[in-house]
Amino acid sequence: MSPTSIFAPVSTPASTIFGLSMFVLVVTGAIFVVVFSLLAYASIKFRRKPEDHDCEPAQVYGSTQVELAWTVIPVLIVVVLFLASARVIASIQNAVAPPKAIAVTVIGHQYWWEYRYPDLKVVTANELHVPVSDPAHPTPTFLTLLSADTDHSFWVPRLAGKTDLIPNHPNRTWIEPRETGLFLGQCSQYCGVQHAKMLLRVYVQTRAEFDQWIQQQAKPAAETGAVFEGRRVFESTACINCHTIAGTVANGRFGPDLTHLMSRDTIASGAVANTRENLRRWIRDPSDFKPGCLMPAMGLGDAQLDSLTDYMETLR
Amino acid sequence: MSAMSVPLPRARPWILPDRGVVGMYCLIAAESAIFTIFVIAYLFYIGKSLTGPQPQNVLHVPIFFTVCLLSSSLTIHLAVRQLQAGKERMFALLWLLTLILGALFLGGTAQEWRHLIYDEGLTISTNLFGTTYYSLVGLHAFHVTVGLIALASVAVFSAFGLVKREHAARLEVLSMYWHFVDAVWVVVFTVVYFIGR
Amino acid sequence: MSTGSIAWDAAAPERTPLVEILHGWVTTVDHKRLGIMYVGYALLLLMAGGVEAMIMRIQLIRPLNHFVSPEVFNRMFTMHGTTMIFFVVMPMLFGFANYLVPLMIGARDMAFPRLNAFSFWMTAFGGLFLYSSFIGGDGLYGAGNAPDVGWFAYAPLTSQTFSPGHSTDFWTLSLLVSGVGSIGTAINIFATIICMRCPVMTLGKMPLLAWMNLVMAGLVILAISPLTAAQVMLMVDRYLGGHFFDTQAGGSAVMWMHFFWVFGHPEVYVLVLPAFGFASEIIPVFSRKAIFGYPVMVAATVAIGFISMSVWAHHMFTVGMTSNANTFFVLSTMAIAVPTGIKIFNWLGTMWGGKIQFNTPMLFCVAFLFQFLMAGLTGIMQGAAPFDWQLTASYFVIAHFHYVIVGGILFTIFAAFYYWFPKVTGRMYNERVGKLHFWIFVIGFHLTFTVMHIPGILGMPRRIYTYEPGRGWDTWNLIITAGAFIQAVGILIFLGNLAWSYFRGALAGNDPWDAWTLEWSTASPPPAYNFAVIPEVRSRRPLWDLKHPEDPDWKYE
Repeated sequence: MSPTSIFAPVSTPASTIFGLSMFVLVVTGAIFVVVFSLLAYASIKFRRKPEDHDCEPAQVYGSTQVELAWTVIPVLIVVVLFLASARVIASIQNAVAPPKAIAVTVIGHQYWWEYRYPDLKVVTANELHVPVSDPAHPTPTFLTLLSADTDHSFWVPRLAGKTDLIPNHPNRTWIEPRETGLFLGQCSQYCGVQHAKMLLRVYVQTRAEFDQWIQQQAKPAAETGAVFEGRRVFESTACINCHTIAGTVANGRFGPDLTHLMSRDTIASGAVANTRENLRRWIRDPSDFKPGCLMPAMGLGDAQLDSLTDYMETLR
Repeated sequence: MSAMSVPLPRARPWILPDRGVVGMYCLIAAESAIFTIFVIAYLFYIGKSLTGPQPQNVLHVPIFFTVCLLSSSLTIHLAVRQLQAGKERMFALLWLLTLILGALFLGGTAQEWRHLIYDEGLTISTNLFGTTYYSLVGLHAFHVTVGLIALASVAVFSAFGLVKREHAARLEVLSMYWHFVDAVWVVVFTVVYFIGR
Repeated sequence: MSTGSIAWDAAAPERTPLVEILHGWVTTVDHKRLGIMYVGYALLLLMAGGVEAMIMRIQLIRPLNHFVSPEVFNRMFTMHGTTMIFFVVMPMLFGFANYLVPLMIGARDMAFPRLNAFSFWMTAFGGLFLYSSFIGGDGLYGAGNAPDVGWFAYAPLTSQTFSPGHSTDFWTLSLLVSGVGSIGTAINIFATIICMRCPVMTLGKMPLLAWMNLVMAGLVILAISPLTAAQVMLMVDRYLGGHFFDTQAGGSAVMWMHFFWVFGHPEVYVLVLPAFGFASEIIPVFSRKAIFGYPVMVAATVAIGFISMSVWAHHMFTVGMTSNANTFFVLSTMAIAVPTGIKIFNWLGTMWGGKIQFNTPMLFCVAFLFQFLMAGLTGIMQGAAPFDWQLTASYFVIAHFHYVIVGGILFTIFAAFYYWFPKVTGRMYNERVGKLHFWIFVIGFHLTFTVMHIPGILGMPRRIYTYEPGRGWDTWNLIITAGAFIQAVGILIFLGNLAWSYFRGALAGNDPWDAWTLEWSTASPPPAYNFAVIPEVRSRRPLWDLKHPEDPDWKYE
């Protein structure tokens, strides 16, 4: 069972699309069966037989009735499909956010995702957490989609259709998941060298879990007395130009917020698991995992890498 | 082997359109599509420049030079008429007049650009208005230039007495291009100096 | 007068020096030679585009593969798309149009022979320029400086900020140059058909292939121009500091998309209409019946031409247009399905009641009907915008458009090769090898492109150089790659057949298929002047009238 199948929806927009898709598939399937049968029949029934040599069949130049029939019927089918689509377009695009909706601003970067919860004062990266929605008291998540550089596209097939992130052109989409779990996707608009590894991870949690996660994310970085050396390396190298660690001098916006790095299952936007070894390798040279990504290798020595990794591991 | 050997008696003579005329119409259609895209970009970006000089502050309507260009359509039309009637000297005079009017128009554009660049600080990279203005007006000026080169070549041939009555059809086709250039100016003029200001 | 004798050796005709032969070809303005050069050029670039495809498919054969780097892969998909559309299918179709249209309308050449030659060389140079991008930058192994921005080169990825270096410029300039060639050829085709038909071939009596090329030419004139305009704007942005697509200065990335797809969508009809033309000539001959519903076919073609200019934003359903705009484009997209479907029915109607001969051209045409039907239906699925919000930018849409371009257009191009090969070369191709090509290619085609719909449905986006395991995509990608290899074998068989038959094929004569349009009335290959006497026609099938004087078409039309 593929975790990214468009035919396994768990969220309202994806389900609505699924309903339309099934209808369209049935209609086009029927058309296919009819026309294919006619083609197969004609190919077999009207084959030239050996005794037909030099004898031409009756020349039929056309038939107004037949032409009319196979114009009118397709027009009717087209009208039906159009109306069905128009309804779904309206229901998804013109949806109004209910009062309890979660608002998230998604900013696409080359090659990572920035998530900001403006009302909840949380900034994080690469792993989106949302609460599951109870149909009785819906709590969908409405996403405002922006881009810091080129075009990207947010696609988590089981949650919704894709919507693009285009600079200077804010977009909006929404999800309303009915089940908890981890849902996968990835950037779907070619954005440069590492487009393929700009992965999406959406954690749908119970309300309690979500609130707890928000609380944790809203806190500044944990106190780090024991890893003074690592923190010194971080703050004296160029790291702080790109990264933010809340509560420290690091307030760069170019790269992901690292305040709660260890609360994430993956690093490099889902490319690799968040283990000590991967983290160290990533910091040593990001192009080990994502050649061409915009984080440079800082040329750090082994000792610096070790202490820096120790420091990173305290950022829960 | 010829399949059809005996021509059938025909009620009407078989005459198809002149390929020079059809070809020029096709070229005009293609060029119109290009200009349309630039016009759409211009219209879309009206009022959207974030900084820099704005059209209403720096643009002055070029009435005189527009009259020059549009009159040149009349003179070229008359020139071709004269050639069709065999009046080669009148043709040459009117043709030269067309050339001069077109060159005056280009001169006017150059003058306007000089003012915009040096006095108003508006270049193609200043803001959206600069980019769309110079691109659209420049594209048109480029087409005027190409037209003038063609017109000048004919003027040179004419000076050597090589342009005769039988060439009138081809010059008619060339004049279609010139009329097109003028028609484009009407659109550009309206968009830039009226709608956009 | 001299009374001395001159030694004359009549038994040993002089062999033309190679240099003279080449000079003849390079300086030719003969539509038949230019047609052959266009087709030869396209076949060469088909090989290049095919290699690019194979490199991609090998990289994608399994997850997290390391056959090529992401930089090389991204250049491969950009070059593959750009090559196949602009330097394979378009020149191929222009070549066939160049060769066939004057012959079919009873003319001696195209309206503007020198423009014809100029247009060919512009196209050829554009492709050469594009491929010169592989040399330079990081050199051949790093795939040099070849374009890596995708064949539709979305802004702002193409701005100097995100594409410093010249890869974007190679894309832009090579297409600007070949675009001039395309517009020149289109003007030529249009003027030829309008102005040079033999008596009394009214527009209503001309072969459908001519109609398709006429509408195609009109579309090229109206659609390539917006691309030219947008590319000029891109160069202004990149080199003159312009802001057309500069989002930092208030410019619009979406505007590039609109301009590109205003070109891009009619472009696919430019590609498919001549293919319809081939089918419309070949299916009747091998069904032994006139085309069913000629006037309706013409009307449907013209309708497709017009409607195709109004559907472009169905490529942009996910960019955030308003629900009203999205709805409009659903309507126009669904609308164009009607005339397209009508054509499929008319071809079926032609076969119905006929006496079908399944020679190689007909095999390819029947497969075309099947595959184009499927492609049209997956197109309708994507026309339903919300469904498209899942399907677009995934392997489903790649499967769809390859179904159209390979399963539809390339199949009819193969059919056209086999059908007109005797006319162009004077020899018959090998029928058994032709059928072998068909069966191998059709199997490979379906293994690749039918299966390819599945990873799209399972969430695999396009333009990714690798993918995660565990998404359910692995096995399908393996099968797809296998199919690609099989298709490659099919193409090699095809080329081998052409080459062998050119030298050793049986002599064809004027009219090996017992066909009905004017090109079959002249020699194979035709003399330089095409017809000794300009023909006169009374119906749509002048040779039918000659062969059936007791029952000519003009009595019924």
